[in-house]
This record gives sequence, C-alpha cells and structure tokens, in this order.
Amino acid sequence: MSASSTRPGRSRRPWQRALRHGSFALGGALTLLVLGAAFVSLWWTPWSPFAMDMAQRLAPPGAAHWLGTDAFGRDVASLLLVGARSSLIAGVVAVGIGLLIGTALGLLAAARRGWVEELVMRLADFSFAFPAVLSAILLTAAWGAGLVNAILAIGIFNIPVFARVARAGALSVWSREYVLAARACGKGQLRITLEHVLPNIASALIVQATVQFALAILAEAALSYLGLGTQPPQPSWGRMLADAQTLMYQAPLLAVWPGAAIACAVLGLNLLGDGLRDLLDPRLSHSR
Amino acid sequence: MRLFLLRRFITLLITLAAASAVVFVVLDVLPGNAAQTMMGADAAPEAVAELARQLGLDQPAWQRYACWVRGLLHGDMGESYAYGSPVGELVAERLAVTVPLALMAMGLASVVALLAGMFAASRHKRAGDVGTMALVQLGIAVPNFWLAILLILLFAVHLQWLPAGGFPGWSALDGGGFWPALQALLLPAISLAVVQGAILARITRSAVLEVLREDFVRTARAKGLSRRAALWRHVLRNALVPVLTVMGLQFAGLLAGTIVVENVFALPGLGRLVFQSIANRDLIVVRNCVLLLAAMVVCINFAVDVLAAFIDPRLARRAA
Repeated sequence: MSASSTRPGRSRRPWQRALRHGSFALGGALTLLVLGAAFVSLWWTPWSPFAMDMAQRLAPPGAAHWLGTDAFGRDVASLLLVGARSSLIAGVVAVGIGLLIGTALGLLAAARRGWVEELVMRLADFSFAFPAVLSAILLTAAWGAGLVNAILAIGIFNIPVFARVARAGALSVWSREYVLAARACGKGQLRITLEHVLPNIASALIVQATVQFALAILAEAALSYLGLGTQPPQPSWGRMLADAQTLMYQAPLLAVWPGAAIACAVLGLNLLGDGLRDLLDPRLSHSR
Repeated sequence: MRLFLLRRFITLLITLAAASAVVFVVLDVLPGNAAQTMMGADAAPEAVAELARQLGLDQPAWQRYACWVRGLLHGDMGESYAYGSPVGELVAERLAVTVPLALMAMGLASVVALLAGMFAASRHKRAGDVGTMALVQLGIAVPNFWLAILLILLFAVHLQWLPAGGFPGWSALDGGGFWPALQALLLPAISLAVVQGAILARITRSAVLEVLREDFVRTARAKGLSRRAALWRHVLRNALVPVLTVMGLQFAGLLAGTIVVENVFALPGLGRLVFQSIANRDLIVVRNCVLLLAAMVVCINFAVDVLAAFIDPRLARRAA
C-alpha cells in the first residue's frame, strides 16, 4: 500500500527535475516555440506568405504587419512562420538519415569488430573531409540546387557523426557482464544489439540528435542563403536573409528577424541537448 | 614516433586519393553528361558534342581520372570553361584571400577561446563561469552569415569604420595595400571566429576542468605553486591535446564558413570562386576547388595529429 502511494510521486520526479533544469526548460521552451510556429503556419498565418502588395513594400513593423513587409510587400511575420517549416523539415530528414544509417554502421562496427570496424571508422574519418556545405556544393554542382539535395548533403555529413557515437557507446555496452551473460545464453549478435546495446546507447543518440538538428538548421539556412537550398517562392530563413542583405540601407530590420529566428531555434536545440545530457547522464554534467 | 608518422602519412595519402575519386565520380560520372550540365539543357547537340570532345568525355572514366590526377601532380588543374584561363592561376589568386582570412579567423578564435575557456574553468560554477558559458551558447547559436550582416550594419553602415565588402588586394600597385586588405578581412574574420571560438572555448573549459582534477596539479599546488601559475604552466599544456584535436576538426567548419562569409562580403576568395563556378556551370573549376578545400581539411587534421603526438608522445605510442 505504501509502495503504491509513493509511485505517482516517483513518476513525477523526472519531469519535476527536468523542469527545474535551467538549460532543459529554456531550451525546451525555445524549441517548442519554433515547432509551434511551424505547426501553426500549416493552418494559419497573419497574411498569405505569397501575397505581394507593392503599395505596402518595406513597411515598418506595425499593427497590420507585426514585423513589417519585404521588398515585394509580403508580410515578414508570415514568411518567418512558414520558413520555420523548411528548417524543421531539413533538420528532421537530415538527422533521420544520419541516425538510421550512422547508428546501423556504428552498431555493426562494434558488434563485428575487426576489418568491418576498421572499414566503417576509416570511412567515417574520410567523410569529415567534406563538411555539409562542401558536400552540398558538390551535389548541387552535379544535380542542381534544391532543398532535397541540400538535405541529402547535410544527412550524409551526419552519418559519420552518429556512427562514431553509436560505436563508442556500443563498445562500452558490449564489454558489460550482462552482455556476456546474454551471449552465454546463446543470444546472437543481432538480438543482443537490439535488446541490450541499442536501448543503452539511446540516450547518447538522442542528445547527439538534438545537436545535429541544430547544425542541420544552420546548414540549411546557409545553403538557402547561398541559393543552393530552399528555392523561391517557398520561404526560408536563409533566403530571407539573402534578400534582406540587398536592402540593408533601406530596411535594416529585415536582416534582423530571420537571423534571430535561426539563432532562437539553434540556441533552443543546443540548450535542450545540454539539458538532456545532464538529465540522462548526470556523471557528464560536472565537466560542462 | 616514426612508425606513427609513417602510418599517419600513408592514411593521409589514401584519404586524398579517396577524396579525389569521390569528387571525380560525383561530378564526372554520376550526373551523366558533364558537357550538357556545363552548357545547359537548351544547348545545341553539336556544341555539347564538341565540348565533350574537348573535355575528353569520349574516353573511359578511368582514363579521364588518371589524366586529371596526373595533371594535379604536375600542378596542372586544367583550363576554366567560364574564365578561359588556367584553373591553377585562378586558385592561386583566390587563395591569397581565403588563406589569410581562415588564418585570421582561426587565430582570433583560438586566442579568445583559450582565454575564455581558462577563465571559465578557473571560476567553475561561479558568476564568471556562468556568464562566459551563456555568451558561448549565444556564440554557437548565431549563424556566421547573420553575424556578418549585423557587423556590416554596425561597423560599415552606421559607424563607417570598416568597408562593407570587397577586397582591395595586398599590393599598393593594385590600389590596395597591407592595411586596407587587413581591414577588408577584419569583419569577415570576426564573423567566422565567433562561432568557432565559442565551440573551442567550451572544449577548452571542459579540458581544463578535467586536468585540474589530476593529482599532479594538486601536488603542484601543495608544493606552493599559485593557482594561476599551476593553470598556465601545468594545466594548459595538458589540456591542449583535446583542444588541438577539436581545432583541427573545426577547420573543416571554418573553410565551409568561408564559402558563405566570402559571399556576404563579396570577397574574391576560393569559396566565392566555387560558388560563381557553380552558377557558371564551370565543373572543372568546381572539381579542383572542392578537392583543394577537402585536401586542406585533411592536411590540417594530419598536422594537428602530428602536433598532438609531439605535445603528448603517449598518443603516438598508443596509435602505433
């Protein structure tokens, strides 16, 4: 009876701890703000992000247009809301590619060891020679500019990162006694990997995913700024910055909003990642 | 140490060969007809066929690859389709902007990061630490091209202290000079350095905190060495290895950053050349420049590994 009466309190404790953690709470709030903006834009924006009104071009922030209008009279707040979608799509897909392929490779390397491990790790080392922007340039030069190629390039860059994290974590799990016991019971490498290794490295992968998500948003914005990512008329934060740069003397505020949105999203995800790291593995928090 | 250097050098050569193969496959083999890509979809078939012949596309892929690598080894990168001049000359001109910019940015980032990291670690969990780390978080989150635009707004548009873009050249004969060129690179270098410096400051702080817990630091303090002297004489040297390793890895990010930042400031560097060449569909220039940028990343990482092995010879013994 006493045990059951304490159970609800125990189950609330991790959430209470999480909400009291400054980085996690602030990071979570900022991330939710960006996620909320992207979701809200699916159903509602103050104005149509594609509606041009040349009579209202470069209008300052006001009651009608909260953040003003751009060179084509489009509502900046609406463009920002819809632009969040491009960033989130880039983050989700690029991290998904890295997480799926990279984790599989890392787990394979740790389970098989020997030449398989050597091959996977050398490939991971090699791919660091091509940062996301460089990979995107390579793909764009060959296949043309666009969000899909940009996401693919960012995703490819994520693969070795997750492979390294997964391998390092998996190697540590494979040396544990309970894994030895599982092997003695006759469990195969695949079953041990799925039942014991993967659940034990999940927290490290989640933390890494938040960091890579932030980097993917930055990379997508940079590529869109260069004209290699999201293509007009689809709004994106990077593209908005590129357009704003040509109007720096007339409307300097136009260059502030999209950059602030990118910084807000990246800061939120980084803080969330830090918070998760502390909450999921408190041993690491002392060194940060 | 010799065995380590030899192994590392062989890995460097294999990586460079693999990087050249990847660049060649993506740009010359995978898309189909490179001549069509360069001339555009509407080009006349005769013109495409003539360019394909000039590019040697009628030869097998392995022969074209061998020809390209042989040229590279002899310093011949081929001729630019858009500029009509040797790629080697174009690249050399552009490196005179990109290399000083990257070095300035890395220098600024390293100095600021070491000072900030040491400062934060020495005031662990106090106001100085929390404040520095808050600034570091902001620095990591700010996109370098946005910071570049903000710096232009402040220092070029409002205060008019520094130029908003362009590069006058290093020579006074071309209308430039050392100081005007340095001024033109200052804002781009700062915008690149802030993000890199923030990441590096975080690594420095962690590394310093780890070393501060070591027994030899406690012994040094017990023997009467002041906290500051222990920090600078013993802790920093031992914390340098992870910092150097990350610095090497960051160089890749820095070079990628130069591509973007050179475009913000309209600097005639390697990154802008790559970008313009994509717009011009000049695949020969793109191929050589991308390989050069990748090779720079690989060589810097090699240099960092060697330097780390000299600082801490145990690394070389373990790796060998």
